[in-house]
Amino acid sequence: MSELMGLKAKLGLDVFKHDKEAHIKIKPGMEKDPRLKRAVWVCPAGLYSENDQGEVELTIDGCLECGTCRIACGIEVLEWNYPNGGCGVQFRFG
Amino acid sequence: MEKDFDAIVVGGGLAGLAAAYTIADAGLEVLLLERGDYSGAKNVTGGRLYLNPVREMFPDLWEKAPLERFIAHEELSIMDKERSITVRYDGAELVQAPYQSYSILRGKFDRWFAKQAEKKGVAIVNKNRVDDLIIENGKVEGVRAGGEDLTAHVVVACDGVLSLLAEKAGLRKPGVPQDHAVGFKEIIELDRTTIEDRFNLEGDEGAARLFMGEVTRGKFGGGFLYTNKESVSLGIVVGIKDLMEEPMVQAPDLLDAFKLRPEIARLIKGGETSEYSAHVIPEGGYNSLSKLYGSGILLAGDAAGFSMNIGVTVRGMEYALASGYYAAQAVIKAKEADNFESETLAVYEKLLNESFVMTDFKNFKDAPRVMENPRFFQHYPQLAGNVMKDLYEVPAGSKARIYPTVKKYLTFGEMWAMFKDFRGVKKI
Ligand SMILES: Cc1cc2nc3c(=O)[nH]c(=O)nc-3n(C[C@H](O)[C@H](O)[C@H](O)COP(=O)(O)OP(=O)(O)OC[C@H]3O[C@@H](n4cnc5c(N)ncnc54)[C@H](O)[C@@H]3O)c2cc1C
Ligand code: SF4
Repeated sequence: MSELMGLKAKLGLDVFKHDKEAHIKIKPGMEKDPRLKRAVWVCPAGLYSENDQGEVELTIDGCLECGTCRIACGIEVLEWNYPNGGCGVQFRFG
Repeated sequence: MEKDFDAIVVGGGLAGLAAAYTIADAGLEVLLLERGDYSGAKNVTGGRLYLNPVREMFPDLWEKAPLERFIAHEELSIMDKERSITVRYDGAELVQAPYQSYSILRGKFDRWFAKQAEKKGVAIVNKNRVDDLIIENGKVEGVRAGGEDLTAHVVVACDGVLSLLAEKAGLRKPGVPQDHAVGFKEIIELDRTTIEDRFNLEGDEGAARLFMGEVTRGKFGGGFLYTNKESVSLGIVVGIKDLMEEPMVQAPDLLDAFKLRPEIARLIKGGETSEYSAHVIPEGGYNSLSKLYGSGILLAGDAAGFSMNIGVTVRGMEYALASGYYAAQAVIKAKEADNFESETLAVYEKLLNESFVMTDFKNFKDAPRVMENPRFFQHYPQLAGNVMKDLYEVPAGSKARIYPTVKKYLTFGEMWAMFKDFRGVKKI
């Protein structure tokens, strides 16, 4: 059987270049919006989580820039952009 | 008005590279801006590239292209929780040159394609994110990137599925869940001989395996496995709308469960994962295509919506290459006419209409709606699995007769439901 690796370890295999600012942000006041909760399920990198207060939090490190959260949650709750040129994930195989 | 370039292409994926390559080949001045460190750095595919539809558009390209393996064996597995049925197809035409399709890795291919485009005279600037369009009196006059204004007669937006530029140009609205899927995959390294032994391959032969049913928990989509030279691409594509609905499952967990399936585990045993990637895929089909052009702007590839997902198989790369090529033809014609208004650029849509691109999109117009039927991804895989189980099972006592076994599952109600489901399929 092939051993499973955790998501963190999997993301650790990718090449990331640090950006000076987060390219995706939860819009202020939208942390509890039900649309945002979808991101917890759909993000392939598992970067969204819900805290005890029912607020959704986003850790941007490890973002694959796939766009799923923008489609699922919409731009009313997310401020969404790509990282600056030359920053973010750099796939070697794709 | 003087312009810095004849054309600025945004995005160095397949659509952008195809457009820039073709524009430069006609002797026009073209700049390509790509936000990644190199072409391919941000791009993900399954992936299999079908060459026949695009071979003649880029006649010099294919002989030396870094393609992985030509697909010589096809398999489709229908998975239930604890069982699966597989259909394998081998055909003489699959092993005869020129080969129909190849597995491909975009990190390698796009990077190489960019070099060929540079040789044709394309000016490529990587690590450069385009932030905005310059629009004057309703006409796109250039782009803003890294705080700088760059002007051109026409901008070809090939910035992929989200196309923030098409939104800025007013050619489309932000994408919605029912028109998009997300794909995520691992590259798992295995040495050549292991791959060839496990998949029964000779030399550069490759295998394509698709999976539907339990792999997405009955949600719209499927799993895929393609053999590369020294790795396999293993991943899942699933509709975003379905992923937002019950039964709730976290996307990455689907891939882990897929890897644990005995059918898959033995194929990737001992392999080392070397990359994990993900990307959104447009799959709304003909009815969700963007407006394809405006004054001073054209959209090609995923940016326009040219990707099709009919359940288990995604096709976008040929459409990206071909739409990039036709966008270039429109630019060349506009340059001859010295007019880059939308009336002139409309020739792009005409060229697409006359090509396989629009013919395919029109023919498969109903596919997204028909395939949305969850019974195809859950009920039928289960049903087929159960019938097979009963047929193959030899219990301690006497074995049930075959006809009643099958009939038990195929009740009148079932047959009527099937009739209705498959009547829908006739539209595809
Ligand atoms: C998991 C998965 C499996 C798939 N399987 C297949 C398959 O087997 N066969 C098939 O044919 N298709 C498949 N597809 C679809 C196919 O990969 C896409 O249709 C294809 O990649 C689209 O090419 P493109 O050039 O239009 O877009 P992309 O390849 O996405 O290129 C867009 C480019 O634009 C750049 N960019 C974006 N915004 C900016 C900006 N503001 N400034 C500068 N640059 C920018 C990006 O960095 C990128 O290089 C699959 C897709 C996925 C995700
Ligand atoms: S872009 Fe993709 S990887 Fe990044 S946060 Fe959104 S869903 Fe997650």
